Amino acid sequence: MALVAHARVDGVGRRWLASWGTREAGAAWLFMLPALVGLFVFHILPLWRAVGYTFTDFDLFSDPTNVGLDNYSRLFSDDQFLRAIRLTATYVVINVPVQVGIALGLAAILDKVTASILVRAVLILPFLISNVVAGLVWLWILDPAIGIVNHFLDLVGVGSQAFLGSETQAIPTIAFINVWRHLGFSTLLLVAGIATIDRALYEAAKVDGASEWQQFRRVTVPMLRPVLLFVTVTSVVGSLQIFDTIAVTTEGGPGGATRVFMWYIYELAFKRFDFGYATTLAVALFVIAAIVSVLQFRVFGRDNRA
Amino acid sequence: MYSGETTVLDAPAAVEPALPKFVLRRRRKSRSALGWLTIAFFLLVTVLPLLWVLRTALTPPAQIYSSPESLTPPTVTDDNFERVLGLMTTEEAVAASGTAAQLDFPSALKNSFIVVTLITVAMVSFSSMAAYAFARLSFPLRNAIFYLFVGALLVPPIVTLIPNFVLMRDLGWINTYAGIVAPHFLMTPFAVFFLRQFFLTLPSELEEAARLDGAGRIRTFASIIVPLSVGPIATLATLTFVTEWNDFLWPFIVGQGEGTRTLTVALGVFRSSTPQGAPDWGGLMGGSLLSAVPILIVFMFAARRMINALTYTGLK
Repeated sequence: MALVAHARVDGVGRRWLASWGTREAGAAWLFMLPALVGLFVFHILPLWRAVGYTFTDFDLFSDPTNVGLDNYSRLFSDDQFLRAIRLTATYVVINVPVQVGIALGLAAILDKVTASILVRAVLILPFLISNVVAGLVWLWILDPAIGIVNHFLDLVGVGSQAFLGSETQAIPTIAFINVWRHLGFSTLLLVAGIATIDRALYEAAKVDGASEWQQFRRVTVPMLRPVLLFVTVTSVVGSLQIFDTIAVTTEGGPGGATRVFMWYIYELAFKRFDFGYATTLAVALFVIAAIVSVLQFRVFGRDNRA
Repeated sequence: MYSGETTVLDAPAAVEPALPKFVLRRRRKSRSALGWLTIAFFLLVTVLPLLWVLRTALTPPAQIYSSPESLTPPTVTDDNFERVLGLMTTEEAVAASGTAAQLDFPSALKNSFIVVTLITVAMVSFSSMAAYAFARLSFPLRNAIFYLFVGALLVPPIVTLIPNFVLMRDLGWINTYAGIVAPHFLMTPFAVFFLRQFFLTLPSELEEAARLDGAGRIRTFASIIVPLSVGPIATLATLTFVTEWNDFLWPFIVGQGEGTRTLTVALGVFRSSTPQGAPDWGGLMGGSLLSAVPILIVFMFAARRMINALTYTGLK
C-alpha cells in the first residue's frame, strides 16, 4: 500500500521535474525572460528592500543603520503623519463621492440621450492631458489675484477667493481639479457598464409602472454595482496617492494645508533625506490602501454574494 | 401584470392611460432636452478652461489681464509659442515674459519623445512575449508566476519608488534616459495581464496548423499570434504612449537634470522656478498646450479605439 502511494508520488514528481526540461517550457522561459527580469528587479526586489528600509535610518549618503522598530513607533507620535492622513482622507471624501455621483448621473443621461462618439471624446479630453497640465491650467484660472474665475466672482458680488492660496479651500480645490480631469473617464466606464445591462429589465420595470427615477434607482444602480465598485475602489486608491497636482500647484502649502500622504513622503525622502522613515510611510500607505479596498469590497460588494 | 386582466401586451397603455400620444411624445422630448442641457453643461465645463488656456497662450503677456470677459484675445500673437519653442533670442524672451526663467521646450519635447518611444516599443514587445507564454505555453509554476504579476499590479508605485531610486543612484543612472526608462522598459504587470486576456480568446487551430508545418514557437508567435493581435497590441501601445507621456513622479525624481527633463517635469520645474504669484502665464499656458499636442494627434486618429480600450480596462 505504502509502496504504491510512493510510486505514484514518485511518478508525479518525476513528470513535474521532467516538465521543466520540455522544449515548450524552454520556449516559455525564453519568452518570459525580459518580463521576469523586470518583475524581479523593479517589483519584487524593491518591495523586499522597502520592507528592509523601514527598520533602518538611511540618508542615502551613508549605509543604512539598523534602528529596529523606531520608524514604526515614530509613526504614532508624528503629528505631521496624522495630519497627512487627515488631509488625504478629507481629499478622498470630497473627491470620490462627488466624482462617482456626478459620473453616475451623467452616465445614465448619456445612455438615454446620445451615443455620439464626439460627446464622449470631448468628455474624456481632460483625462488625456497630464495631471501637470491640468494643475497648471487651474492654477492660472483660479489665481487669487488675476484668475478669470475671481474676476467673475467679483463681478457678481461674491468677492475674490484665495482657492489654492487658502488653507481651508486648498484641499477642496485640488479635489475639484481632480474631478474635472477624471469625470469623463469615470462617466465612460459607467456608460459602458450600463450598456451591458439587459434591456428587458427596463421593459419589465416600465410594464410595472416604474418611473425613470425608479428605473435608475431599482435597475441601473443595482445592476451597475460591480462597475461602481470598481470605479470607486480605483478612484479611492488613486486619490490616496494624489501627488502631481500638488507638486505643480501648492507644493504642500499654504502652511502645510496640502501636505497629503504622498507629498509628505516626497518631502521626507527627497528634501530631508530621511529615506528609512519615508519608506515606512510608503508601506503604511500600502497597508491603508489595502484595508480601505477590502472594506469597500465588504461593504459594497455584499449584495453580490447573496 | 398585477391584475389578471392586463396582459403584457397592452400594459404600456395601462401605465399612462389618460395621456394622448402627442403629449407623451412631447414629454419624452422635453426630458431628452433636459438631458441634452445637462450634457451641454458638462461639455462646457470640460472645454471652457481649455479654451481659456488657448486664449492666454495667444495673448501678449502685457495684455493678459485686459478684457477678461471675452474669450478672444485683445490682440492675437504667436510670441508665447515662439518664445517657448526657442525661436526668440534670450533677450527678446526675457523682455517679452518679464522673467529670466525660460522653458526649454524643444529639449523637453525631444526627451519626452525618446523616453516614451523607448518604453512603448520595448515594453509592449516584451510584455506580449510574456503574455503569450502565459496564455499558450505550458510550463511548471505557470499560474504561480502569473499571480506574481497580478500581485505586482496591486502594489502602489510609491512602495517601490524609493528602493528603485536608490538602485538607479547605485547604477549611476540618475539624470540619464536609462534611469527614466528602466522600471517600465521590460514590462508592466498591466500590459502582461491585458494581452494575456486577449491571447486566451484566440482560436488555437491556426497555431496547431503552423506547428504541424514545422514552425517553432517563436515563428508561430511572430507569424500567427502577432498579426492576429494587431488591434489589441496597437491599443496597448497607444495607452502606454499616453500614460508615459503624462507620467510625472518618476521622471521628476530620477531625471530632473536639465538634459533629461521630460515635458511634464520641465513644466513643473518652470512653474516652481518662477517668482511666487507672477509666473510667465503666457509661456506656461503655451507650453502646456504644445505639450498636449502629440496626445491630441494620437487621440484624433484613435479616438474610438482609445475610448473602447479605456472602458475595457475598467470592465475587466
